[in-house]
Parts: sequence; structure tokens; C-alpha cells
Amino acid sequence: MRIEALRAWLDERLSLSTVAAMAQKKEVPVHRHSIWYYFGGMTLFLFMVQVVTGILLLLYYRPSSETAFESVQFIITEVKFGWLIRSIHSWSANLMIATLFIHMFSVFFLRAYYKPREMTWLSGAFLLFVAICFGFSGYLLPWNKLAFFATKVGTEIAGVIPIVGRPMLRFLRGGDDVTGATLTRFFGFHVAVLPATATALIAIHVLLVQLHGMSVPPKLIGKPVKKMKFVPNFLLRDLIGWILAIGVLAALAALFPWELGEKADAFAPAPAGIKPEWYFLFMFQTLKLIPAKVLGFDGEVLGILAFNGVALLLFFVPFIDRDPENLRRRWIFNVLGVLALIYIVVMTVYGYVT
Amino acid sequence: MANTAQGMTTADREYPDPQPNTRRRFLDYLLGTSAVATLGAIVYPIFRFMSPPQVIESAENSVVAAKLTEIPINSGKIFKFGNKPGILVRTATGEFKAFSAVCTHLECIVQYRPDTKQIWCACHNGQYNLGGKNIGGPPPRPLEEYKVNTRGDDVVVSKS
Repeated sequence: MRIEALRAWLDERLSLSTVAAMAQKKEVPVHRHSIWYYFGGMTLFLFMVQVVTGILLLLYYRPSSETAFESVQFIITEVKFGWLIRSIHSWSANLMIATLFIHMFSVFFLRAYYKPREMTWLSGAFLLFVAICFGFSGYLLPWNKLAFFATKVGTEIAGVIPIVGRPMLRFLRGGDDVTGATLTRFFGFHVAVLPATATALIAIHVLLVQLHGMSVPPKLIGKPVKKMKFVPNFLLRDLIGWILAIGVLAALAALFPWELGEKADAFAPAPAGIKPEWYFLFMFQTLKLIPAKVLGFDGEVLGILAFNGVALLLFFVPFIDRDPENLRRRWIFNVLGVLALIYIVVMTVYGYVT
Repeated sequence: MANTAQGMTTADREYPDPQPNTRRRFLDYLLGTSAVATLGAIVYPIFRFMSPPQVIESAENSVVAAKLTEIPINSGKIFKFGNKPGILVRTATGEFKAFSAVCTHLECIVQYRPDTKQIWCACHNGQYNLGGKNIGGPPPRPLEEYKVNTRGDDVVVSKS
């Protein structure tokens, strides 16, 4: 009786029953591509893991060039379960980028961006950008040699872009070189700017999904589709996925603990075989293969501009391919998507074996 | 759930079972304990992670607190004893005294006052005499006293 009274009290003030009714109404279509619906939720779950482990790491991490490396060393050697928390943070970050890519490509091939879901795609594309910034800024924080050089190269690439490049490089580095000032900035981006941006974007993204309901592939539009209740049927399936993810993360952290490497030294040569994180590898490999001069232009500049162009194109996908009836354009987009996927996979593998 | 012959639930009717209650309860039990074990496996490392590890205190037992020449008569000096501050006092009579400089009240760092010839804590006006005994203000205990020896030009302080 007491609990009933409490529930009524809260309901009057928070309209809980409205939210509960909405959750009850939510349904997930069941068809042969339903498996792809899980990857958005999985990405969100891994983001939560990042938030929790990230806050924990903040308890001990010290963001300065004199203390950063030592504090991470302290975390993984002295703090109880520090190795676990840090490794999970690194592994979960990588898995999150992977599930995010899977989610994006599945949405792309299943045409979930058709009207009225253009803004959902747009918020997702921004989230991909934010996630990559998370990865790039977080990579520097342990202040080890690999991170130092990756940041040097990464910011140098930004600096190559005509006109805006140079000011952008100085803004990112907090000066002309990668120094302690860069570390302080990246720390600020990583723990304040990006989390705030990501949280706002995720809220918009998820709200839009609720507003429009789950999309079905174009072939099934207008046909009767079997449905599954979101609460509890789909949610429980999600939950199993998340528990599996925790198991995978713990196993990866225990079997392949994330290396710390050597402390960054601005006056040491770059270590041999230096490579960026896997999700940057296909771009890295492309830049290595482009000749120095292409038709009189700097090959590097062309390559970087091309990647910027493709990234920009990503944002416009729902505004170019917007007619479900236009089968020719749909076919072209399928081919482009497959080609992009093959290119990324081939270049990534090529980058690894060379 | 009540599971008498009259009060069967839909789930039980769909899956007739000679002993529905025991099997279901066994599965519920398995699910519940697994959930608790999983939660425990997540919460325990987090809890341990949050409690900071003991920083090993330096095992220093004695330290050179000052040079004879740098500490005039009727003055005091704060020195590092491991990772804690200590206070070395040269009294008006030229005698050396050393104490922990951490006030026993709320852990402020004390200082020597040449005018009153006392050790004084500025935070809450705590006063100690030159034997380290709390003689005024809120401090509840005397300051811990250290041994002082002079070795050539060095004033050496050691834990007794």
C-alpha cells in the first residue's frame, strides 16, 4: 500500500505512467535483418562503460606532461584492479568504434535514413565524428611514445588543409609543437567538451528513434511485418548482448592487457613500425601510398582533402539518396557503400601486414 | 505465484508440467544468483579501485634538519621529515628542540613565535610550550617530540 502511494505521488509529479505507456507501445520489427537493430544499443552500452571507467580513471589520472605517464603507471601497478579498469576503458573504446561502424553501415545498406529519418542519420554522423575525436584525444593521455608521435602526425595532417589548417593545428596543439600544453587541451576535450557534446547528441539521436519508431528495409515498406515488444522482449535480448560484452571486455583485458609503452620524449626518434589505431589505419596506409606529386599537386594534400570530401559526403547521404522509388540511385549507393567497405577492409589489412 | 489447481497462470497452462513450481523456482533461483554474482563481479573491482592504495611512507628515521649556521638563537625552522613536516627550534638558551610540526588539533602546520617563546598554531590559536606540551587553545595532545643531535655543522633529527 505504501509503495502504491509513493508511486502515485511520483506519477503525479513526473508522469511516469506516460513514459511507461510509451515504453509499452514501442515495438521492434522482426525480419531477416533484425540482427542489425542490436548494434545501436550495443554502441550505447559501450559508451556507458566508457563513462563509468573514465570517471574511475579520473580518480587517479594527472593531466600534465610530468605526471601523466607516471599516474597511468601508478593506476596499472598500484591501484587495486587498476589494470582491469584501464584495459577495459581502452578495449571498450575500440569495440565501441567497431560497433559504431557496423551500426552505420547497416543503417546505410538498410536505408534507414529515408524520410523522415534524415536528422537521425545526421546526429549519428556527428556522433561518429565525436567518437573519433574521443579516440584521438584519449590516445594521447597516457603520454607515451606512440601516442606522442600519433598526435604529432594526426595534428600535422590537420595542418595540411589549405587556409584553415595552420590555425587549426595551433589550436589543437596549444602552440606550434606537441607539448604539455597539447596534453592539457586534449584532456579538456576528452573529459569535458566531448562528453557534453556526445551526451546531447545521443539524447537527440535516441529521442528521434523513439519519435519515428524503428525503420524497416525498403523491401518491406507497406508489407505486414511481424513485431516484437521492446519491453521486455527486445530489451532482454539487448541485455544478454550487454552481459556478453562485459564478459568479452573482461576477457580481453585479462588476456591482452593494454600496453603502456615508454614515456614520451620530444627529443627521441620515432619508434620503428609506428602505426595509428586501427580505425585510422586505412587513411594512414592511403597517405603512405599516394605519390609525392599528383598532377603538380602535393599528393598528401590531395589525399587528405579526398578523405575530408568523403567525410562531408557522409553527412549528405540522406539528402542525395532520398527517393525510395529511384532504384538506379539506390543501386549506385549500394555499390558505393560496398566499395567503401572493401576499400577500408583492404587498406586496413594492408596496413597491418606491411 | 500461487499455483494451486484452481489458480494456474497462463504460462503454466501453455507448458504443462507435473511439477511446474519446483522447476520454475529452480530456474528463478539460478537466474537470481547469476545476476547477483555478475553484479558482484562488476561492483567489487570498482569498489576496490576507488579506495586509494597505501603510499609507502619513507622509512627515513633521521634527517639533516638544518645547518648550525642557518638557525639563529630564539628561532624555528620547518623541515621535511619523510613526507611530513617537522619543526626545529633553537631556544633563547641555544638548546635545540624538534617536534612534529603537525598541530594535534586539525593538522595545520605550527610555527615558532620568538615573542612568546612558544610554538603556535595560527589556524585556531593553539599553543605549545618548548617541551611540545599543549598549554593553550584547542589542541588535545602534545606534539610528538624528536631527538636532536649535532654532527659537525649538521643538526640531525631522529625519531626516538
